[in-house]
Amino acid sequence: MMKRNELVLGDKTYRDVTNDILKPVEEFPSKGWVGMFLGAKALFLFYLISIAVVIGTGMGLLGVNHPIAWGTMIITFVFWIGIGHAGTLISAVLFLFRQKWRTSVARTAEAMTVFAVMTAGLFPLMHTGRPWLDFWLFPYPNQRGPLWTNFRSPLLWDVFAVSTYATVSMVFWYIGLVPDFATIRDRAKNKIRQTVYGALSLGWRGTAKNWSHYEMVYLLLAGLSTPLVLSVHTIVSFDFAVSNVPGWHTTIFPPYFVAGAIFSGFGMVVTLMTLVRIGFPQFKDYVTLDHMEVMNKIIMTTGMLVGYAYGSEFFIAWYSGNAYEKFAFINRAMGPYAWSYWVMIACNVVIPQLFWLKKFRRSIPVMFVVSIFVNIGMWFERFVITVTSLHRDFLPANWGMYAWSYWDTAILLGSFGMFLTLFLLYLRLFPAIAIAEIKPVMFVGKDKKHGGHHG
Amino acid sequence: MAKYQTGMAAIFNDEHQLVDAARKSREMGFKKFEAISPFPIHGMEEACGIKRSWIPYVTFVAGLTGLSLGTLFTWWTSAVSWAINVGGKPFFSLPAFVPIMFELTILFAALSSVGALFVACGLPKVNPPVIDPDLTCNRFALFIPSNDAGYDEGRISEMFRSMGAAEIKKAEF
Repeated sequence: MMKRNELVLGDKTYRDVTNDILKPVEEFPSKGWVGMFLGAKALFLFYLISIAVVIGTGMGLLGVNHPIAWGTMIITFVFWIGIGHAGTLISAVLFLFRQKWRTSVARTAEAMTVFAVMTAGLFPLMHTGRPWLDFWLFPYPNQRGPLWTNFRSPLLWDVFAVSTYATVSMVFWYIGLVPDFATIRDRAKNKIRQTVYGALSLGWRGTAKNWSHYEMVYLLLAGLSTPLVLSVHTIVSFDFAVSNVPGWHTTIFPPYFVAGAIFSGFGMVVTLMTLVRIGFPQFKDYVTLDHMEVMNKIIMTTGMLVGYAYGSEFFIAWYSGNAYEKFAFINRAMGPYAWSYWVMIACNVVIPQLFWLKKFRRSIPVMFVVSIFVNIGMWFERFVITVTSLHRDFLPANWGMYAWSYWDTAILLGSFGMFLTLFLLYLRLFPAIAIAEIKPVMFVGKDKKHGGHHG
Repeated sequence: MAKYQTGMAAIFNDEHQLVDAARKSREMGFKKFEAISPFPIHGMEEACGIKRSWIPYVTFVAGLTGLSLGTLFTWWTSAVSWAINVGGKPFFSLPAFVPIMFELTILFAALSSVGALFVACGLPKVNPPVIDPDLTCNRFALFIPSNDAGYDEGRISEMFRSMGAAEIKKAEF
């Protein structure tokens, strides 16, 4: 029989696992954490000021113009929402496939999902230009008829998809956290911690009947999140594909967007996990090199899927015989925005090929650098799709260039401040590995000295 | 407020002891005992005689409700309440409403499942009694309430001892 790799390294007891995972929560934060948190928070404050200036002055501060009415806001929205998808893939889809290695990464990946969706969700709201009227996005009884929203519009589908995704991801994440909050509550040495985590744990007690219902709900939520996550990026791609703009109006968009989302999300998971392993060295026994290697394999696979989609778009542009479609793609690769197209190809298709070599798949510095390139490449993919398609469509009289401004940079970089602030707070306040989930699988791949039930 | 029962508790250091203890207690005729563990244990449901959770039925009905409401709402707003001609499309453009119907199905099903979990487990509980703080870390407990059939403290502590309990105590749960 093939030997399984150990999921948790070292000869640990249940108490060791609890101690290791709760160390960041129960101890005074390290200098490194405080430094990173202050940096992230400063960037977050800068983001809030930039948002205030852009909204206060008007969307004209950004580079959006005629003919490129969709710019940084939409590009960065799709970027962040795509990143969220890997978290759900790890926590829900791999759970359904009974991939036990997912256990140690799932909690943090799911946290990444929640924060990425929160970051993403602000962009369309700001993009409306008058965010104080954003409640118009929802169908609510009003005194103008009532005048309802147009349910035939992909933009409205997006409102429903993203808000459902945000809600369900948050609930799924929270339900997973409940037993671990109970663990913190029962270990708490001071009254405040006991009260706060006691409230968060909802009074969880872990009886066999409770676990039976709990595991069923976990399975149901995983089963519901799986089609949900596929639907969300499908619907995001409809925002583009349902229009008639050459370069957007293609049937390949839904699977292409979903593959790209998983690709970019795993890139972000690897970026964050390499940093978490450095910041909290005890987690190296849980998030092992084997785990990182598997994720790198997924990055390479989805990177090639995305590469196939790029190729397929070109083939169809030629095969369709549609002059506008053909021009849109030649313009992408050789027009004024060719540089962005080739940045995208280099980062998404070429660089992940390094992972063919086992040495690179298992090297922390290499995977960190590659994952950063993946993040850059996937932001440029959305830039290429949004901007190059709009900037030269049917009539040459309507051609133009995106007027990238200081504020585009501010909004893009600032959004990382929001994400990282939330993520760093999470690492300090919540158990970053699912304690109650890791304990049943911690003997996988070890000698059967603990009895036969752990298979 | 939920009412708590007094009774006898045995604490074990190994999950297999708890599974055996639960099976034995059931064979001895106890019905209301609780097996408490820091994580779900393989084979525990069979040992305690717990039936499959009823929550999936809630999920299914809630999903159907979400689907129906999504269908009704998009139809009523687009074709009845204020029908607007959008690009010559039919007022009731079913394919275009599928995303809304789908998302509402998922939303209703997911939130209702969690609501059902709260009902099934009696959550949230305010400050429930804790038999041993390590029961959410590395120890396992079996609790027999005093209102269970055949409750007898002498007999139960003897049974607990024969099961290899590390600690036996009177407790509230």
